[in-house]
Amino acid sequence: MRSKSVVTWAGVFALALYSSMAVGSKYNLPEPQSVIAKDIYDQHIVLLWICLVIFIGVFGVMFYSVLKHRKSLGYKAANFHHSTAVEIVWTIIPCLILVVMAWPATKTVIAMKDTSSPDMTIKATGYQWMWEYDYLQGEGEGISFFSKLSTPKAQIVNKEPKGENYLLEVDNRVVVPVGKKVRVILTANDVIHAWWVPALGIKQDAIPGFIRDTWFTADKPGIYRGQCAELCGKDHGFMPIVVEVMEADEYTKWVTAQMNASAVKTSMHVENK
Amino acid sequence: MAAIHGDAHGHGHDDHHPSGIMRWITTTNHKDIGTMYLWFSFAMFLVGGTLAMGIRAELFQPGIQILEPELFNQFTTLHGLIMVFGAIMPAFVGFANWQVPLMIGAPDMAFARMNNWSFWLLPVAATLLVSSFFVPGGAAAGGWTFYPPLSTQGGLGVDLMIFAVHILGASSIMGSINIITTILNMRAPGMTLMKMPMFVWTWLITAYLLVLVMPVLAGVVTMLLTDRHFGTSFFNAAGGGDPVMFQHIFWFFGHPEVYIMILPSFGIVSEVIPTFSRKPLFGYSSMVYATASIAILSCVVWAHHMFTAGMPTVGQLFFMYATMLIAVPTGVKVFNWTATMWRGSMSFETPMLFSIGFIFLFVIGGFSGVICAIVPIDIQVQDTYYVIAHFHYVLVSGSLFALFAGAYYWIPKWTGRMYNETLGKWHFWLSMFFFNLTFFVQHFLGLAGMPRRIPDYNLQFADFNMISSIGAFGFGLTQLLFLYIMISCIRSGEKAPEKPWDGATTLEWTHLPTPAPYHSFEKPPIVK
Repeated sequence: MRSKSVVTWAGVFALALYSSMAVGSKYNLPEPQSVIAKDIYDQHIVLLWICLVIFIGVFGVMFYSVLKHRKSLGYKAANFHHSTAVEIVWTIIPCLILVVMAWPATKTVIAMKDTSSPDMTIKATGYQWMWEYDYLQGEGEGISFFSKLSTPKAQIVNKEPKGENYLLEVDNRVVVPVGKKVRVILTANDVIHAWWVPALGIKQDAIPGFIRDTWFTADKPGIYRGQCAELCGKDHGFMPIVVEVMEADEYTKWVTAQMNASAVKTSMHVENK
Repeated sequence: MAAIHGDAHGHGHDDHHPSGIMRWITTTNHKDIGTMYLWFSFAMFLVGGTLAMGIRAELFQPGIQILEPELFNQFTTLHGLIMVFGAIMPAFVGFANWQVPLMIGAPDMAFARMNNWSFWLLPVAATLLVSSFFVPGGAAAGGWTFYPPLSTQGGLGVDLMIFAVHILGASSIMGSINIITTILNMRAPGMTLMKMPMFVWTWLITAYLLVLVMPVLAGVVTMLLTDRHFGTSFFNAAGGGDPVMFQHIFWFFGHPEVYIMILPSFGIVSEVIPTFSRKPLFGYSSMVYATASIAILSCVVWAHHMFTAGMPTVGQLFFMYATMLIAVPTGVKVFNWTATMWRGSMSFETPMLFSIGFIFLFVIGGFSGVICAIVPIDIQVQDTYYVIAHFHYVLVSGSLFALFAGAYYWIPKWTGRMYNETLGKWHFWLSMFFFNLTFFVQHFLGLAGMPRRIPDYNLQFADFNMISSIGAFGFGLTQLLFLYIMISCIRSGEKAPEKPWDGATTLEWTHLPTPAPYHSFEKPPIVK
């Protein structure tokens, strides 16, 4: 009975520890919102546990030695200085642990790289210091806009109180439908930038003169925020990325509204001529 | 051997060298040059540290308070360059200058005049770097990795940086050729390669790495220079070049560079741990092989800095596996140190404390290194504070702690005086506390999504940034204590006993008086 309760408590404790590190915590990766982000999240937790076990093993031995094998306790030094068997063992075991770590990572890498047959394609272009989005293929094809930081300067120079999404808000969000495979094509106009949305598990450098691509499928509607992750000059810290994921029908409405707005703009343009 | 050592019949050099400033300008003595390297690197450490204090002061609270974004970028860039090229690397060369001849029983370095030249290049380069803050446009602001096209945009400051890197590279290459030649040709009779102290082994391997990669760095900065001023397009897509090629070439230098800064620390720790455990180093030969494997592997892992730059699946997998493999020889080293301590008769003077602190924190940095090696996780943490935390765990609590261990360990031999043990222990514990306060929380910042190199951040990162800044100020102030300890040791320290560490077994302790005379081992000792 007693041992059973010990096991129960140990289980509860482990669960509590796990969940304290888990979703929504400021000590860990943000709550994953895509398959890839979930894989990354889980692999990171597994790796932390492996590291913790090795850490306790190695430093358990070392600190036992530090406490017991002291000159001040009169401990006399032994004189051994090698053991081929032990050395082979502690070379092979780490190799095996690495294989355990590399296996799931390899599968995720292959999945991350598979940008084939997307439902829609968006091109993101990095500028000093904003993003431009062009909807190239799929529902919304033809939509194009710039996306800039919308936090007022007064907040940055401490003249106004800072809002909840300080530095993580933009004038025009990238809008995508939920559950659809979105391929993002990246390039840049001036220097290297990087397009990073942590909750979606996606980060890719945008390189001037070259095209890179990556993809994500958002699990849930919501607003996901990220930042440029490659130093790109003075306002590197001020070019956020905001992705808004919508249900399919709302997305259709958004696309219609965008199309109408751009039609109005175009016709105005024509009239002016 | 005897022919090389010369002066076999007694009419040795007297100490009639010039005095005052001319002594230091004209000296060819390895001890003088070693001393100058160490003081220079400490001065640079204070300059780089001041820049770090500026960075942490700006990040103390959200919002822009002290440094405008452009100046902030100059601070981060110069902090990195000065710490890597001005503080850590010259400090290790200083140790090599002092210790390699003493530990192999040689009278001096092989190329004594070149030794002088390779030191005196450093202040020139440092002047270029520091003065670049005052030229129009300010210092380089593209990060210590100065990726183009951003670094093509900068002003005169970038050119000064490029020339500084050229000069520092030339100095490093000369220094390492000198070290290789000294070690291979001037060992005392009987000291075979596999009898050399670990510190000498690690420096031999490091010196080969330096000779291999510093020319690559010189090449890449030259290409950057011609892109900037002479119309070439190595890194400009519009002219048929590729910005990513810069990253490949830079990191082909840059990753071995990481090991250039850590292998000699392994060497120092491998001297200190056996001494204070009063027990021989466990697994000497596997230590040598592990060091060599780390050096070789370090040359085939460079693109793990570029997982987000985009490369083929096979490329990502290759660099992931190769990077993970480095954990194996590194693990062997940690296990060997632990086994050396096991059933030793340990005492915990300051050098030992810093060495144990080194192992403890370096292993944490190693773990975060393995985590960064896993491509999917790296996609999340690349260019975030997680990476900042990772490399400060291996560079500050790694290289720097080992340098402190070495300084406390050998200062009695160098000066004939003891440092203040109580203050030394204070230095260790305060460094330990403030270091972790500064950098441990940065792991959380990175995971939560704070990019590196930003002067301002969202409110969710505010509390950890404040903690980190407080830690950094504490850590900075603590290093002034180190300066005080060293100065008071040199000026008025207690006289050191002939052999202050009873467990020491290397030549400088067993065959030389304390302090080591200005000219030592004019007759080589015989090693059995």
